[in-house]
Amino acid sequence: MTLTKRIIPCLDLKDGRVVKGTHFVDLRDAGDPVELAQRYNEQGADEVVFLDITASKEKRGAIIDVIQRAADQLFLPLTVGGGIRSLDDMQQLLRAGADKVSINTSAVKDPELISRGAEKFGTQCITVAIDVRRNFAMREDVTPVALPDGRTCWYEVVIFGGSEPAGIDAIRWAKEVERRGAGEILLTSMETDGTKDGFDIPITAAVSAAVGIPVIASGGVGTLEHFHEGFVEGKADACLAASVFHFGEFTVREVKEYLAAKGIAVRL
Amino acid sequence: MKTVAILDYGLGNLRSVMRGLERSGAHALITADIETASSADGIVLPGVGAFSQGMEQLRTIQDTLIAYVRDAPVLGICLGMQMLMEWSEEHGLHRGLGLVPGTVRRFPKEDGFKVPHMGWNTIRINNESPLFDGIPQESYVYFVHSYYADTAPEYRASTTSYICPFASSLQNGNAFGVQFHPEKSGAVGLKILENFIDLL
Repeated sequence: MTLTKRIIPCLDLKDGRVVKGTHFVDLRDAGDPVELAQRYNEQGADEVVFLDITASKEKRGAIIDVIQRAADQLFLPLTVGGGIRSLDDMQQLLRAGADKVSINTSAVKDPELISRGAEKFGTQCITVAIDVRRNFAMREDVTPVALPDGRTCWYEVVIFGGSEPAGIDAIRWAKEVERRGAGEILLTSMETDGTKDGFDIPITAAVSAAVGIPVIASGGVGTLEHFHEGFVEGKADACLAASVFHFGEFTVREVKEYLAAKGIAVRL
Repeated sequence: MKTVAILDYGLGNLRSVMRGLERSGAHALITADIETASSADGIVLPGVGAFSQGMEQLRTIQDTLIAYVRDAPVLGICLGMQMLMEWSEEHGLHRGLGLVPGTVRRFPKEDGFKVPHMGWNTIRINNESPLFDGIPQESYVYFVHSYYADTAPEYRASTTSYICPFASSLQNGNAFGVQFHPEKSGAVGLKILENFIDLL
């Protein structure tokens, strides 16, 4: 009897549609996030994350429809992130059938949003997404992290999709979001995101050691070994990936079978 | 078709519970009105959030709910299960519905264990609980919680281990509770909901 490590596919949505095309040629509608999520469900996904990158405010209603349809068909945990700025936004998404909401820039801008969300909806509903980037200009008030190449840096929180440094130490921020009632942390390193070189292990391990809440590793997965590293070296509780699943490099089940063979507890 | 009322006390994802019950063969309705709920064949007490806030919402209807359980089954899910207990230590000591003896406690701190207990873990089915008809031992279900029900073995319908062994489900007469989320636990969860509906 063990809590298993989670494998979480992430779907990027714009105006309620999957952003990139998908390899699943047999889907009736390749752009339908619910159909894609259903496919991941069949592959054994432990949860699904919908990340809404819709820019225009008028079109944000589309995500509500997606969540409702997903919740009606999929009996597994659903997390929604992107553009959530208020308790009302959270309530709408939770009512539509989301189990967790993920907040990122809005949490940095208004940390009270974490506390109020946790108080109102419960800590288990509030995921704080933290995007980070290495900064080699050391300061007194930051946590040094040793990199495998011998250099030392600190990890700075970045916001607005990684485009703006927030000036905050990621490890300190992780502790603060925990104190404020976040139920888990979704950690994405901009250093590795999109590289397929593997997760950013030093910061993943440092954040996981610094907090008592679960940490989801995100950004950079390209091989099956990378998932194993994320759990064993990064001490992650869950691994999130998008493109490797989206483009069919491997299925969720293949990842889990690989991990199981390596002695990692997964739900098969 | 049996009717199941989902007690709505303000917050959380009730849609999945409703769809899960419907998929499992019941007519489900969401209501905040205890009279409406009492006319249903069974009641589901869902719940996320803090114990004291949940009990606060139930205070005015608690007597009716306790009377209902004498005649018909109630299924508490997650916080809803915890509220069936006598006491909770979540943010001070708070009285629950008292339908199952015992106390809700916080998981102790232990190295290598994150709290909340979040994700898929297995259940060891302890007795002849009708909730688990046709469910294999060590089936996976989805948990999210930081507190657990500490109760005598006779009330444990299943046990799960995380930091310590705890009651992952409860039964005392018509009072049933599951700490995990059947509406988020795929086919196994739907089967458990179906078993509850079969009791009605």
